Amino acid sequence: MSYKIPMGPYHPALEEPYKLDLICEGETVSDAKLHIGFNFRGIEHLAESRNYIQVIALMERVCGICSNIHTLTLCQAMEQLTGQTPPPRAQYIRVVVAELERLHSHVLWAGIAAKLMGFKTMFMTCFELREKVMDILQAISGNRVNYSMNRIGGVNRDIDDPLAVLAMVEQLEREMVRTVIPIFTTSTTARLRCAGIGVLSNRKAVSCGVVGPTARASGLPQDLRRAAPYAAYSEMEFDVPVQQDGDVRARLLVRALEIMESCKILRQALTKMPPGEISTGDAKIAFSAGTATSRVEAPRGEVMYSVSWKESSRNPSRVHVRTPTFVNMPAIRWMVIGARLADTPLIQASIDPCYSCTDR
Amino acid sequence: MNLWNRLMCYSRRRSPWLFHMNGGSCNGCDIELIASLTPRYDAEQLGVRLEGSPRHADILCITGPVTHNAVNAIKTVYGQVCGPKAVVAIGSCPATTNVFIDSRTLDGPLNRHIPVDVFVPGCPPRPDAIILGVAKAAEILAERAAKKIPIDPVVMPLVGPPCNGACACSTPNAPKSTEEQP
Ligand code: SF4
Repeated sequence: MSYKIPMGPYHPALEEPYKLDLICEGETVSDAKLHIGFNFRGIEHLAESRNYIQVIALMERVCGICSNIHTLTLCQAMEQLTGQTPPPRAQYIRVVVAELERLHSHVLWAGIAAKLMGFKTMFMTCFELREKVMDILQAISGNRVNYSMNRIGGVNRDIDDPLAVLAMVEQLEREMVRTVIPIFTTSTTARLRCAGIGVLSNRKAVSCGVVGPTARASGLPQDLRRAAPYAAYSEMEFDVPVQQDGDVRARLLVRALEIMESCKILRQALTKMPPGEISTGDAKIAFSAGTATSRVEAPRGEVMYSVSWKESSRNPSRVHVRTPTFVNMPAIRWMVIGARLADTPLIQASIDPCYSCTDR
Repeated sequence: MNLWNRLMCYSRRRSPWLFHMNGGSCNGCDIELIASLTPRYDAEQLGVRLEGSPRHADILCITGPVTHNAVNAIKTVYGQVCGPKAVVAIGSCPATTNVFIDSRTLDGPLNRHIPVDVFVPGCPPRPDAIILGVAKAAEILAERAAKKIPIDPVVMPLVGPPCNGACACSTPNAPKSTEEQP
């Protein structure tokens, strides 16, 4: 006999409000339904009533975890419409902030996953380490969450002393290698808790069209930083970690390896940072009518913005956002079917869902 | 006040348990709330604990600009918290609806629906500011248990680097600050 267990929308295992209806046979989940929309703030509609300066501050608040990625994508799309090209130093600073953001997002996810595994010590260790990333971000931008670094045609703040930041990054990397990475890659607790649950096969991953670490853990080697380089990524050398298993442990490994790759990119970007201007200046900004799209690899996968402008208007006529969770979300259903009920909180967290981005 | 009441006041002030509720926030404030409980800021030394059920909690922490979908849930959860209780509005969103002002899917600010005791400004507030706000709420909680008189809402001072003007913290319907800005 099957019965239904509603989980959420306000549930201690969920970071954000959404509802998961689990249909169970005994202890086994046989189907799942996902309800979202509790965070719907109507941002896309609001953007139409904001001018090109205000819209950046608005879009930064789509998501508090990947705030920089949203403004970066929006600014890249608006730069296409205004015909501005950011100077090389700005491109490098964008890479540095984007990678730091990836670091803090992955460490945050590791902490939350550890908490769901019941590994509370690890949760605290991850968050302590995350504070070190936040220190670097604060040293660069002055803020901890909404950095407001991007503007049309460049960035708002310079990194005055890249080598001092580099020293902080190196210390951070040492601590990652010493504490977080080994626990996630070799610890028996994490292995026993994660291996073999929430499997998303390669074929299912292709048919769901998943992106980001979820796709890379199912054997799809896709990464926009490699496939369609933006900012200064074409000048960086890095690997795209791919795992074949498709279970929660593979997602864990992919993210742990990505932390190392991010440190590698940061080291290159900070040592090679060219001198020069950080933005094209306050020259008059004139938008040409039309639509521009821009894609960026966020910590959770691909973010796409499509921005439309009407002739001689100050406000965008449409800002459309497609977030990675929107495409990863349906995959949860295929992951939880056949899983044990007790594993579902960990499985749904393993795609690193961000519903405030998805609902907007 | 007899000995029993004094003891209750003391323990209420010393171990406020929180229930965190997301009223449509952007995650920024939620993460900072979690960060304030972790080793660097360590709110647990004040006896603060994040609880999974509103029935175990004394203080309700609400983030986000209160979307239509969240209003009823917020009212229900507020009713489920056992008295005496205090409400902390974390961030500029519940106080003024912040950058989302004028949105048609919002039903904010929060004090239209439930009484708020402490406003912690910032977008997002720093963890230090959140701890300060929770400590203030714990004081209010103890006072409320002792006296049963209405207590006016408190707006905490801004902590950390000055506001860069990108947020909407000067919106007209913001509650008046009762304390000097540092
Ligand atoms: S106050 Fe700022 S950081 Fe907090 S939920 Fe609102 S927009 Fe996000």
